[in-house]
Amino acid sequence: MSKEDSKNALKDLGAKIVHQVKKGKNPEMVFPLRNLSNIVYDKKSKTLKLGNKTGTRSFFNVAHSKKFLQTVEVASVIKDKLLDSGKHSSLRDVFYMVKKTIPGTKVNLVDDQTESDKAIEDLEVMTGISREEMHVNANKNGSVAGKVIIEDRGDTIDWSKLGSGGWSIPSNVEEITFKKVDAKYVLYMEKAAVWERLNEDKYWQKNDAIILASQGQTTRGIRRLLQRLYEEYNLPIYVCCDGDIYGAYIYSVIKYGSIALSHASERLTIPSVRYIGITMDDIEKYDLKKHFITLDEKDYARIKQVSEYEWFKDNKDWQRQFKMMKEFKAKVEIQALSARGISFISEEYLPKKIKNKEFLD
Amino acid sequence: MAQTTLPGATTGKKERHIAEILAEKQQSISISEFFTKNRHLLGFDNPRKALLTTVKEMVDNSLDACQEMKVLPEIKVILEETSPDKYKVTVEDNGPGIVRKQIPNIFAKLLYGSKFHRLKMSRGQQGIGVSASVLYGQLTTGKPVRIISKIGPTVKSHYFELHLNTKTNEPEIMKDEEREWENKDHGTKVQIELEGKYQQGKLSVDEFLQLTSISNPEATIIYKGPNAEAVEFTRASKDLPREAKEIQPHPYGVELGTLMRMLLDTKSPSLQSFLQNDFCRVSASVAKEICDKSGLEERMKPSSISRDEVEKIFNAIKQIKIMAPPTDCLSPIGEEQMLKGLKKEINAEFYAAVTRAPVVYRGFPFQLEVAIAYGGDLPKDEFARVIRYANRVPLQHQPGACALTRSIIQTAWKNYGISQSKGTLPTGPIVIMVHMASVWVPFTSESKEAVASYPEIIKEVRLAIQDAGRKLASYIRKNVRAKEQQERIGLFEKYIPELAASLATLTGEKKSEIEEELLKILKKELKGLLVEVKEAEKEEITPDGVAYGEKQKGLDNE
Repeated sequence: MSKEDSKNALKDLGAKIVHQVKKGKNPEMVFPLRNLSNIVYDKKSKTLKLGNKTGTRSFFNVAHSKKFLQTVEVASVIKDKLLDSGKHSSLRDVFYMVKKTIPGTKVNLVDDQTESDKAIEDLEVMTGISREEMHVNANKNGSVAGKVIIEDRGDTIDWSKLGSGGWSIPSNVEEITFKKVDAKYVLYMEKAAVWERLNEDKYWQKNDAIILASQGQTTRGIRRLLQRLYEEYNLPIYVCCDGDIYGAYIYSVIKYGSIALSHASERLTIPSVRYIGITMDDIEKYDLKKHFITLDEKDYARIKQVSEYEWFKDNKDWQRQFKMMKEFKAKVEIQALSARGISFISEEYLPKKIKNKEFLD
Repeated sequence: MAQTTLPGATTGKKERHIAEILAEKQQSISISEFFTKNRHLLGFDNPRKALLTTVKEMVDNSLDACQEMKVLPEIKVILEETSPDKYKVTVEDNGPGIVRKQIPNIFAKLLYGSKFHRLKMSRGQQGIGVSASVLYGQLTTGKPVRIISKIGPTVKSHYFELHLNTKTNEPEIMKDEEREWENKDHGTKVQIELEGKYQQGKLSVDEFLQLTSISNPEATIIYKGPNAEAVEFTRASKDLPREAKEIQPHPYGVELGTLMRMLLDTKSPSLQSFLQNDFCRVSASVAKEICDKSGLEERMKPSSISRDEVEKIFNAIKQIKIMAPPTDCLSPIGEEQMLKGLKKEINAEFYAAVTRAPVVYRGFPFQLEVAIAYGGDLPKDEFARVIRYANRVPLQHQPGACALTRSIIQTAWKNYGISQSKGTLPTGPIVIMVHMASVWVPFTSESKEAVASYPEIIKEVRLAIQDAGRKLASYIRKNVRAKEQQERIGLFEKYIPELAASLATLTGEKKSEIEEELLKILKKELKGLLVEVKEAEKEEITPDGVAYGEKQKGLDNE
């Protein structure tokens, strides 16, 4: 979708409202609901999608008016300040661009960034254009290395020649183009420290892999980059996380999509992704019990919740994992493998697993 | 190796043993030394607290006396600074007066008084007694306590000046004479001079008197502080508190040591009659059952019962079902009275009060009450003000250690529309009054400043807060929210130019045209918007925000 398409989509939204106003109607906007009750797991595509429920927001309604105003103001700022001038900005910038006190009142149009962030998500679901296409970016997060050459805003970048830091993944990867991709698979890990280990060991060179990491949450930019590598080069994607329920959920988000971003599932999910570890079986196999961290109440509650998700409910392998988590009453971090030697993970654990195709689906 | 002789103690003739030297010292330990060593336990830790404790003892006694006589209390409190850090405290009441021969013992003998030995809900129970203040005054200023008391309009009043003999704990009468007390039918006036420190604000005498007037709205208290005009805490009610009946101990509440002492003191000739006569709720058949269970002869002489046998009785009691003690020994302030008390001292816009039905804990009946004042002049951004009472006496110290405060912190105030951070008091324009009435209030320590955290007490406070909280929540929902919504309607007019400007930028249409149209729609929609707000206001509540006497149903026989 081009910049013009994005502009027109926002303009159309405004035009529809003006049209209602001119007819003397209380202006309203209709959008799909984005709460848990309207999230459906589509068995066919194996992704989370938005259901059919819609909500209506009208201006002359005590409870809606401010949100209505926020949404229109954010749309106007994006069109006027970003798309018209071809510039990009962060979510934080957008917040400051709309933040002001409404004249004659003590009311701030937005009080904190979550409100402007929400307005942007609302615009995404109503117009079908993504945040990236509206030129709004999140903070960059994550590193990648591998035998890959890309072009980004006219610069040619070789992912194999970026030293210890790797290429830092921007939040918007729509506009990069791949020039050369020489890899057999992509390995994504939850932890930056593990990525640094693999990078120092030149794992990507020795194994013809692309290694990619975030710190914590997998951002939209990373998910989109993974998806593009899968779709454009048909590379298998493997995920390596801590052996706990949060690791399982990180995997689940990449594979099936997340509740908050279900409207963007198509652009972000990769149903063929596989989970490489840490599995509960690894604990026995690699004697990791001495590195156990005891589960607390919150962990148990999360296990219960995740194990009941529709997409995990009938997955026997995962249910077995959840059951074992509860039996062990503990979790284990990826770094626990270092106890067996600092490069154990890059020289033995990962190559062996990939060779033997020991994955969870 | 323990040394039993002191080399320095040899006087030439004969070595003296340490025990002998100690014995000499032991003899000379006097009441005054005991007092000085333990003053922190008795509420005399520092000059400021000493002044407060003294006023408190005197006022509590006066209120108790008036209540017993069933007369509406009129109490005068005067503080005068006689020299730097020395104060003269005068408290005068219109109570029944004190008969002449009792006066020296009540005011100049420690631990003398009727309130220690009985199970009756009263204010005075909470202190060591006014004689401690007399002793403190005497030790710090050398001045005697002055008392004038009159027991009826036709009799002359007695005037005493007393010292407390610190060796023998007996009163020393300095002056004893008959005097005229003009224009006074009955009552007592007491004057104590002591070392003290007067300060206003928290933990002050001023605060104590205000709090007292809230929990005793039937009293008029006239107060003249040092260098200040007299203020009057005016009576807000003519209803006297219900007379609290004295009760005998309930078997479930008696401790082993107490049981042993009772057996020695009793006038009953047999074990069975002792159980029947000296306890409440023990019928002949229950008494017999206790004897049977403990394997003791019913006709046994109480004084002949051995320690082991007492333990058998003690254990038998626990296994027998005995009816709960009567609860007419409790005198709650009452919902109406609490509202009157709060309203006259705290300027708010909404008040609610809840008196729970009495409950029994380990043989001791107790009852909890909560009242809330909300809004009005109260500060919006501060922690709630909590005012705690035990048997109508304000508890001003150690709020953090008190079960009453803890229950308030543990309550989820957000449910009632009041903001609260985790583990703290709620924040907002609110005063929370909690009262625990009991013949036996379990305090955390001898200084009697905080109620111990028994789960039963915490639970009762919570239930009382929940009831009051629900009333508050409905008030906030109906009034405060409605006001907010009204304000929001006014906002539409301000929002319209903003929306018009945004839409103009987005679409290229003319701002003025869009704005004009929006204003037209607002006029059309206004009626509907106002209805939305009106609906919320509709379910009107009584003018004070609370239905008087609206007791909880079905809980009275709990």
